Order: sequence, then structure tokens, then C-alpha cells
Amino acid sequence: MTQRPASTVPIGLIPGPFHDRLDALSHARGWMDWAGYMSPTVLDTAEFEYFAIRNQATLFDISPMHKYRVTGPEAPAMINRVVTRDVRRIGEGRVGYALWCDEEGMLIDDGTLFRISDTEFRLCCQERMFGWLLDAADGFDVAVTDESDTVAGLSLQGPTSFSVLKDAGLDVADMKPFDLREVEPDLWISRTGFTGDLGYELWMPWEAALALWDRLWAAGGHWGLRAIGYDALHIARIEAGFMAAGMDFQPVHAALRLHRGRTPFELGFGRMVDFDKGHFNGRRALLSHRDYGARTHLVKLDIGGFKPAQDALIYHRKRREVGHVTSGVWSPTAKRNIALAELKAPFGDSKTSDLWAEIYVNEEGRWNRRMVPVTVESKPFFINDRARATPPGAF
Amino acid sequence: MTVQTYDAIIVGAGHNGLTTGCYLAKAGLKTLIVEKNDWIGGAAVSRSLHEGWTYSNCSYVCSLLRREIVRDLELPRFGLQVIPYEGGATFTRDNDYFAYMSDHNALEREIARHSPRDVDAYARFSQTVMRQCRFIRPFLLRNAPDPTSLHPRDLGELAFLVKQAHGLGAKELGETIRFWTMSIGDFLDEHFESDLIKAHLAGSGIIGTGLGVYSPGTAYVLLHHYMGDVDGAIGAWGFARGGMGAISRALGLAFEEAGGTIRTGSGLDSFRVRDGKVIGVALENGDTFDAPIVASNMDVKRTFLHHVDPADVPEDFTKAVKRFKIRGSSAKLNIALDRMPEFPAAPEGAPFLRGDLHCSTSLAELERGYDDWKDGRWSAEPYFDMLIPSQIDPTMAPPGKHMMTVFVQYAPYDLKVDGVRSGRNWNDTTRAALANCVYDKMEQAMPDIRQRIVHAEVRTPLDIESEVGLTEGNIFQGELTFDQLLFNRPVPGYSDYSTPIEGLFMVGSSSHPGGGVMAAPGANAAREILRRAGKGRAMPKVAA
Repeated sequence: MTQRPASTVPIGLIPGPFHDRLDALSHARGWMDWAGYMSPTVLDTAEFEYFAIRNQATLFDISPMHKYRVTGPEAPAMINRVVTRDVRRIGEGRVGYALWCDEEGMLIDDGTLFRISDTEFRLCCQERMFGWLLDAADGFDVAVTDESDTVAGLSLQGPTSFSVLKDAGLDVADMKPFDLREVEPDLWISRTGFTGDLGYELWMPWEAALALWDRLWAAGGHWGLRAIGYDALHIARIEAGFMAAGMDFQPVHAALRLHRGRTPFELGFGRMVDFDKGHFNGRRALLSHRDYGARTHLVKLDIGGFKPAQDALIYHRKRREVGHVTSGVWSPTAKRNIALAELKAPFGDSKTSDLWAEIYVNEEGRWNRRMVPVTVESKPFFINDRARATPPGAF
Repeated sequence: MTVQTYDAIIVGAGHNGLTTGCYLAKAGLKTLIVEKNDWIGGAAVSRSLHEGWTYSNCSYVCSLLRREIVRDLELPRFGLQVIPYEGGATFTRDNDYFAYMSDHNALEREIARHSPRDVDAYARFSQTVMRQCRFIRPFLLRNAPDPTSLHPRDLGELAFLVKQAHGLGAKELGETIRFWTMSIGDFLDEHFESDLIKAHLAGSGIIGTGLGVYSPGTAYVLLHHYMGDVDGAIGAWGFARGGMGAISRALGLAFEEAGGTIRTGSGLDSFRVRDGKVIGVALENGDTFDAPIVASNMDVKRTFLHHVDPADVPEDFTKAVKRFKIRGSSAKLNIALDRMPEFPAAPEGAPFLRGDLHCSTSLAELERGYDDWKDGRWSAEPYFDMLIPSQIDPTMAPPGKHMMTVFVQYAPYDLKVDGVRSGRNWNDTTRAALANCVYDKMEQAMPDIRQRIVHAEVRTPLDIESEVGLTEGNIFQGELTFDQLLFNRPVPGYSDYSTPIEGLFMVGSSSHPGGGVMAAPGANAAREILRRAGKGRAMPKVAA
């Protein structure tokens, strides 16, 4: 037999662009599946990795995010058809948060939209969107490229992150939150992140990843730079009040029960829906949703007691079930028991009093049920001026 | 000649007849099952036709067998083990393949290798299919709702349908209606761009059916193949350890433990009817048995066109039975291999080789195969669903050797030779020519396949009909098209397993919800029989 096997795909998880460095730092050997890549849950201790986010600077590999480049004279028009906000308001060199819906007005995913130039965007998100974007590009003079496996992303977050960049020879002092800049050829930096703290995201070709890591690592010593896993980030993002796909909302393309899809209104992003910009996907349905009212509300909760409330059911007057916690942790910075929760309307909006969380605590093998009071919060649990200061402070 | 009296007699020891028998015997009915062959199982059999090898020589994989029935009848206690198998592949002519990988990440990479765009298309395709499966699964173990009836029970079933449908939004309901009526080809074209991926997925839409990939109604056939599960993994398929006969064997043992009697070796001569009521059966060997309840596991055509005096049923009913589509469209090869064949395209030890393997690479090719069938020929390039269960199940072949099951489509029942279409045209010569045609196509994946064959059983539609008793060798006891599903299956007004003859019931796959080794018709019929006998409470709630 002279024939050779056809090319074959690997089974299971594969290493990402920073894997060699992460693997060397992984003492805990905790890995998770993120879009098929080996992504660290924890490298040594989640607690200390978390405090590095709020006290020092941290590196987190975000390369498994899906990244799509949309290029062409009609790129702004095409993106405007996809997302609910008006992208014409996102200037060149700026980043905007965006949501996009199906024709029923149900959220497909959310993500960040990078306006690289007048005619060039990058959409960065959690769910696969290539087919959807190609469909949406029909009739527009644009090219859609899947950069998920060719562009590496590294998130540098924490109060000393500006100083780390500076010592690495990357001057971004004048970059304001949501600014985007090509600081060196093929190295883009955006002042964005998922922690609510001072932070940046760095974007580079896949093969340039390790060199950049080493450059930052060399500069990071004094600033306490530390690599982190998902567990630490998870705490920080709930503190910042950011929702996560698949946890706090169910992307409708992945939902078996389509009514489990949610509108931007139900997730608290009504302001991100621009009915004045012309046609966009889901507009007609969203208009009727706006008039009909939200079925549910995603809210931030301060929960009584000290036990994290992940998956707890929420009751009104301790009797009527009105929702459930979608993400719940103890906040080590705010020293509060915090959560995001989905409540059935009108709870969470016009009705916010007399709400209770049912929390089960395992005490040496015996489950103890507690009803603890909850308070609906309007502001994120972590707010710090350093996150927005321009130029940022050294720490 | 003997005359004996039973509470109930079931004609045919297929898996449905056995299932009905189990429920009736467990309810305390003195039950007899008669079977024409010397073995039980119908089309769910394991047979040793070559020393050392066991063939699942009709049905060959298991998914649809209702878990409620497995649990009710404690089939694992009687030796039934169903083991899921991994993935599958379609091999191309140019030494490549599309592998359906059981690992989710690997599957996405494999789809991307053929078409990056199809990766999220696949996710949406499977969500849509799963959504429809979720909708239909609750109906499998219920009587079909009959919208033309005002009987409280039918209204109850109709209310259940409305409730289930109401749980769907407008979008899902629209999707459902489309799904039940459209072709698998159109459905796949809507989602995918890769011909190879479409061809790989299309097989489930045509298996066992006298329809092509672009014939309306085939999307439902795909659903029918996806709505089963192995251990809750919906859509997964598995092997019954020891072959499909293990299912019949377990049912047979359960039936006998419950006090039932099985008599093999003599077929039915006729159902004995007096004054519009069934009174028993007469066998070909002259034995006669009496019973006020008789159930036929045979398909509706065989039951009413061969074993019932037409004078005993309304002529409209007979006409409807004659119209019922049971078309032979498939053949089966069971092959003993001296060792594992070479798959030059596949990496050494690739896990997907333990799944279902195919060589049809486009919908156009599949449709051409259908064109051949319509014209009375077997497909020049046949589709096949081919598995080597001995890789997982050590009981099927001697050490180092393998057993291969090859489901072949399309092969007509009434083969055309010299311009004449007739089942009689199947003989050793045409049978060998069909096998040769299949081997030619198999070489696309396994160039050495001919050298590996130690023994092969080639079963034409005619062979399946004459041995198993399925009309035209149709594996579902009747096409799974919308015009003969639910309350129209098998005959409008008789979807509740009853017939125009009082006391005579239909328990085979000609009845709702159809074929596929589900055992659902058998269980549903048992519930109906017991209810009418005033023993409805004897039916376990799980399957009620």
C-alpha cells in the first residue's frame, strides 16, 4: 500500500499560543476546555491569582475567543445590520461593546467590536459566528475572515498593568478606556478587559505570542505580574457586573428551548438597542418586546450570609419562586456575597423587596438549607477610579 | 393436531410481538406466541451462518429501543447490553474522508477541515434536530392523537399534542411543520455547503425508505433515526452485545419467565374469525389454538392480504391496506472477515472506524442511486451503512477475525431483468452481481476488501421477505412518510392498534410510531389490549 493517510485532526484539547509558558507555570495542573484549547482554570492558587488582578498585574490568555475580521467599504453598514447598537458611533481606533440578535430579537452573543479603521472591524466573542457573519454579509461589499486561530490575545489586567507595559517599552499613557492602537507593527493594544479594573488587551499574530509574553514577563517583576487562570477572572468579572455567555444568558443558537433566549432588554442592555439607525437583525421583534415588556430581568444581587449562592433559587416572600442565581461568588474585595440572577418580571424591576435566596450548605455530608435576604443592586460591586484614569497611575 | 385455549395469542415472535407478549403475560394473561421460523426475533436476530461468526443479519444497530420498555421488562437482567459506538466516516474517491468524531472538539476541527463555515452550521443543524426530537419523543409511547375522533381518550391525546405544540414558539412550530414535510436534501442544503458532509448526514434520511434524498418527507426519516438514545445521549446508536438477537433473546426469556409460551417452527395459516370476532389461529402444520385476543406482529399487508378472509373486513379497509406503502428498497450483506480490512485514508487505529462507515460522497450521487431503484435496478453506486461491530463486541467473531454488517440501498424488490420487473428475478446470479457492485464501491474505502472475505450472506429484499416475512423486505413495516404516520398509520381510524375484526390487534411496526426496533408499537398495543380487557392497571405506568 503506497497511499498515505489523509490529514487527521487531533482529538481532545490542543495547546494555544501561550501554552509553553502556561504549562511551565501550571503547578495546580488545572485545565479546562475553552473552544477546544487547553485553558488554565488555576495555575497555582485561585485566591492569590484573584488578588493579583486587584493588587498587581495579571496575564490571562484570551486567544480561544472567537475573532472575526470584517473588511470592506461596506463593513460599517454590514456590522450595523448585525448588531443592535449604531456602530457609526464607534470611531476609528475605538472599541465598543455590542450585542446581536436573531430575527426573534433573542441574543445570539455579545462581544467587543474593534474599529481598526474606517472600513475594518474585528468582532471578538465567545460563540462561533463565522457562518452567521457570512450569512449577514450577503449583499455587502465586505470580506469576513475567521481569525480565531491566527490572532492571539493576551489580557493584561490589574492596577500595575500600565507600569508593566511602560517597562516593556510600550507607552500607552494617553490611551483612554476603549481606545485601540497599533503600538508596534502587528501589535495592537486596546484598553479593554473583563475585570472592571485598569487593564489592556494585546493582540498579535499567533506565532508572535511567546515573544510578547516574555517581553512582558521580563518587565513585570517589580509590578507583581502573575499569570492567572479562569477561576480568578470569574470572581473579578462578577464583581465588575459583566455577564458571561452560557451562564448568565443562553446564546439562542445554542438553546434547545428557544424561549430560553433573552432580549437585550431582559439583560439590562436596552440602551444598546438603537431603533433609529435603520434596519438591523431582530429590530421588528425587539420593537414589540420593548412595548410588551421584558419577561425577565438579569440583576445584580447582594446576598445575605457568607455562602456563595451559585444556582440558588430566588423567592419572593420566601414562598413564590421568582428566579435563580446565574453566577454567584464571595467578593474578596467588596467583602460581600454577590451574584447575578435572572428574575421573572416584574421582580428585579418594579418589585425588588422581600426577595430571598435559598442556599444549601454542605456541612460534613449533611445539607443545611438557609433562606437569606437579597438586595437588588444597580451598580457594579467593584468600582475604582484607577480603572478610568488617563494617564493611568503607576499602581 | 392439538387444540388449546389461551387468553391471548400473538402471531410472530419479532421484537414487537415479544414485547406485547411480555406485557400481557405479566398482566396475568395466558399468552402464546407462534413463530414460523425455528428461531425467534423476526428482524432482530443474531445468527451463526459461518462457523465462529455471529451475524446481526437484519437490523444491526440499536438506539430507538425505548428505555421505558427496557426498564419495565428488566431486559438487562435477561442479558441485554447495549453499548454505544463511536462516530463514523464517509470515505471519498481521492483517499480522504469526513469523520464524524465522537469528541466534540475533534468534530469541529474535522468539519472545519472540509468547510470552516459548516462548523457553526453543524451546531445549529443539530440543535434544530434535537429540538424536533424533544418534541416527538413523548409521542412514541402514547397512542397517536386522532383529530377526527370525539372519544374522550382521543381528545385527551389531542390535548396532549396541542399542549406539546404550544410549548413550542411560533418559530419552532413552523420548523416542525417544515421538518415533517421537507426533504433531507433541502434541509441539509439550507445548512451546509460541503457536499461530503451533506452526504454523510443524509444517510439517516433515506435508510429503509423507498425515497430519495430530495423526496419530501425524508427529513422526518432522519428525525426517526435521531430520536433514540443510548443512556440518555439522544441521537446516539449502539450495538447490542451478541448482536441484535440479544434483544429478542432477552424479550423471549422475560416472556417465558412471566409464564408465556413460544411455539416456533410453524407459520400461520389463518386467523380464525366467527361473526366478526377473532376466535383463534390455525397454523400451517394443522395446529389450532383458541383465544379471544389475537395480535399480529406481521405487517398490515401480510396480515390482511394473506391471512384474513377479505369478506371479514370492509372493502375500504382492504383497499387502504393495499395502498399502504411497504416498498423494498434495501439489501443486506453480512460478511465474515479474516482480519480487519485496510483503510488507507484513515490514521492507524482511528476511533471513527468503530462507527458507521460510508462511501457516498454527494447528495447528487445518492439521488442517482434512487433513480436506479425507481427504474428497477439496484444503485450502480449504492449507498451503504457499514459497521464492524467485532471491534467492540468480542462475541461476534473469532479472535483476530471480524464481522461486518453492510446495509445497502437502493435495491428493488421487483428487480427489472430484460424489461420485466419481478421479485422472481432475484436468484443466485443477480444476488452475486449485487454483491459485486457493493464490493466495487467498498473498495473506495478498503481496497483489500475482496481478499478479506471468508464468507458473505447476501440478502435481497426478496430474501428478507421470505425469511423474516416483511413485505417486500421493507425494514419499517411500511414507509415512514407523513401520509402514513401518527393517526394514519397503518390505516386511518385504526391507529389504536385495533382492526375491523373484534379482538384482532396489530402490534408490529406497521402501527404507530413505526419501525426501527423501538418496541413502542408492541408496548402501546399491549396497553390498548389490556385496557380493552379491563386490565389497564396491569400496564406499568412508565410506559403508559
